[in-house]
Amino acid sequence: MTKELMKGNIAIAEAAIRAGLQAYFGYPITPQTELLEWMSARMPELGRAFVQSESELGAINMVYGAACTGKRVMTSSSSPGVSLMMEGLSYIAGTEVPMVLVDVMRGGPGLGNIAPSQSDYNQIVHGGGHGDYHTICLAPSSVQESIDLTVLAFDLAEKYRAISVVLTDGSLGQMMEPGELPPMQPLKTKFSDWAVSGTEGRERRFLSSIYIDPPAEEVINLRLLRRWQQIQASEVRYKDYYLDDADFAVVGFGSVGRIALSAVRTARAEGIKVGLLRPVTVSPFPTQQISELATRVKGILVTEMNSGQMLDDVNLAVAGKVPVEFFARLGGVVPFPDEILAEIRRMATSDLKLEGHPRDRWLARMAA
Amino acid sequence: MTIAETLVYSRPKSFTETQSHYCPGCTHGVAHRLVAEVLDEMGMREHTIGVASVGCSVFAYNYLNMDFVQAPHGRAPAMATGVKRVYPDRVVFTYQGDGDMISIGTGEIIHAAARGENITVIFLNNANYGMTGGQMAPTTLPGMKTTSSPNGRDVETMGFPIRAAEMLSTLDGASYVVRRSLHNPKNIRMAKKAIRTAFETQVRGLGFSMVELLSSCPTNWGITPGDSLQWIEDKMVPYYPIGDYKVSQMVADAKI
Repeated sequence: MTKELMKGNIAIAEAAIRAGLQAYFGYPITPQTELLEWMSARMPELGRAFVQSESELGAINMVYGAACTGKRVMTSSSSPGVSLMMEGLSYIAGTEVPMVLVDVMRGGPGLGNIAPSQSDYNQIVHGGGHGDYHTICLAPSSVQESIDLTVLAFDLAEKYRAISVVLTDGSLGQMMEPGELPPMQPLKTKFSDWAVSGTEGRERRFLSSIYIDPPAEEVINLRLLRRWQQIQASEVRYKDYYLDDADFAVVGFGSVGRIALSAVRTARAEGIKVGLLRPVTVSPFPTQQISELATRVKGILVTEMNSGQMLDDVNLAVAGKVPVEFFARLGGVVPFPDEILAEIRRMATSDLKLEGHPRDRWLARMAA
Repeated sequence: MTIAETLVYSRPKSFTETQSHYCPGCTHGVAHRLVAEVLDEMGMREHTIGVASVGCSVFAYNYLNMDFVQAPHGRAPAMATGVKRVYPDRVVFTYQGDGDMISIGTGEIIHAAARGENITVIFLNNANYGMTGGQMAPTTLPGMKTTSSPNGRDVETMGFPIRAAEMLSTLDGASYVVRRSLHNPKNIRMAKKAIRTAFETQVRGLGFSMVELLSSCPTNWGITPGDSLQWIEDKMVPYYPIGDYKVSQMVADAKI
C-alpha cells in the first residue's frame, strides 16, 4: 500500500470499512460530518448497512440493535451529539455488546463552537452515561494513528465485549496528512454464542441490560469491573519521547500531545532535558507509567485543550511525589507550540511547588 | 365406541410456559398470544428477533419464545432498525406501549415509519402509563383521571391525546397501519388477522407495518376486568376508532 493524502475524518471512515465494518448509523454534526458523508457513499456501494438517523438517540440505538447481532458496527459524532448518545452507551455497556464510537470533539459546553477541543475527556473516560461502566478510549494524534487506532478499536471492542471510543478532535478530523490504509478485511461470518440471529437449531437468546434482582445486577457489575481490571493490565498504550534522560516531562494526549512534541524538541535544542509522555489509551490510563515517571523527573507539565480533566488522573498517578504544572487553552482555542515551550522553560528555571493545585496556579498566572 | 380426539387449542411454540406478571384482566396476555399464534402459523418463530420496550411489557421476552433484545425507553424502533438492517431476511418486530411509543419514543417511531423500515410494530394503547402506576399518557382521554391528572386531563393545560395510527398513516413510508381492539372475541379475531397481515407485509418486503391494539388496564383504571372491556368499547373506541388507516396498494394487491 502507498500513502495517500487524506482528511482525518475520512481516513477513520475508510479504515473502519477496511476493518470489516458491517453497519454504520450516524447523524450530521460539524466537525465530524465528512465521516458520515464518506460512509453514505461507500457502505451502500459495498452492500453494507448505512442509515442517516433522525437524531443521535436514533443512531446509538440503531448501533445497539446491530451490536446485539455481533456484527461490526459503529457510529460517529461530535461533543453535543455524543452527549445525546450517553443513554445508549450506558445500555450498550450494561448489555456487554461491542461497538465503536468516534468522537470528533469540539468546544463546549452547550452548543459551544465547532473548533477543536478535548473537553469530552470526562464524559468519555469517567462515564457520562449512568451506572458503573468504563469505555476503552483511544486518542490518536495524527491521521495515520487515526487509521491504526480505528482498526484496533474494533478488535478491542470484540475482545472485551466493550465500547471502544476513538477520541479525536476538530483539528485531527479536518486536517489532511499522508496516511497508509490497511488492506480490506473480509466481513465476519461467524458470530459469538451470545449474539441474536433467530433461534434456528439452538436455544433462544435475549440481550438486555435489565437485572431486576439487585444481587444479580451486582454480579454483572463485578463482572464488568473484573473485565476492566484485565483491560487495565493488558491494554495500556502510550508513546514516550526523550524521556530516558529527562529532568522534566510533559504529558499531553491527542493533538495537544503532538503540539507538545514540537515544543519538547525545541526545548531539547535549547538544552533543556525534557521529554513527553503521550497517552494513546486515555482509558485505560497509563497510571503506572506516570507514577514511575514521577520518581525520576523534577517536574511534570500537563497540557490539554480542556480545564484539566486529564490533569486529575495525572495527579492521582503522581500522588504528590513531584510538582505538577498545568497549561491549557479552552473553548476551542488550540495552543501554539511556543506557548507550551514557554511553560517548559518556566518549569525548568523556576522553583516548583508541591503545595496547592496546578490548576489554581495556572489560573493565577493567567490573571497576573 | 371410540371418540376421536381433536386438539383445538394448545400453547403456541412461540409462547413460553413462564407465568406472566400481568395483572388479572390485562389484555397484554391476549396480545402476546396473538403474536405467538401468528408467528407459529407463519412458521417464522426461529427466524424472528423481537425488540422489547420499557413499560409493562418490559419482560415480553420472558413470554415470547424467540430471540429478543431489550430497548431503552422509546427506542425500540431504532433498535429494530439496527437489527433489521444487518439481518434483512429475519422478521423483526417491536412490542411497545403508548407511553413508550408515542411519548418518549415519538421521534423514533415517526422516522422508522417515514423510512419505510421493514419492521412490524405491535402497539398497545391502554391510555395510561401502566408500569409506573397509572400516570397520564399521551393517549389519556380528555377528562380522564390518572395519578398525574387527579382532576381529569384538562386539555387546556395538558393538551390533547395523540391518535398514533392516524398520524403514522400520513407517512409515505408506512405500508400497513391499522387500529384494532382487544375488548371482545370478535375484535380479538380481527386483531389477529391484522397482526398476520402486518407480519406478512414485512415478510414480503413491503415496508413499515403497525397494529395499534386498544387494551385494558383494570388495575390503574380502578375498575373490574369486565367493566374495563366495556370501558374500551364505550370510551376508547369512539375516540380511537377501529379501522384501516393505511393499506398501501402493494399490501392491498398482495391479498393477504
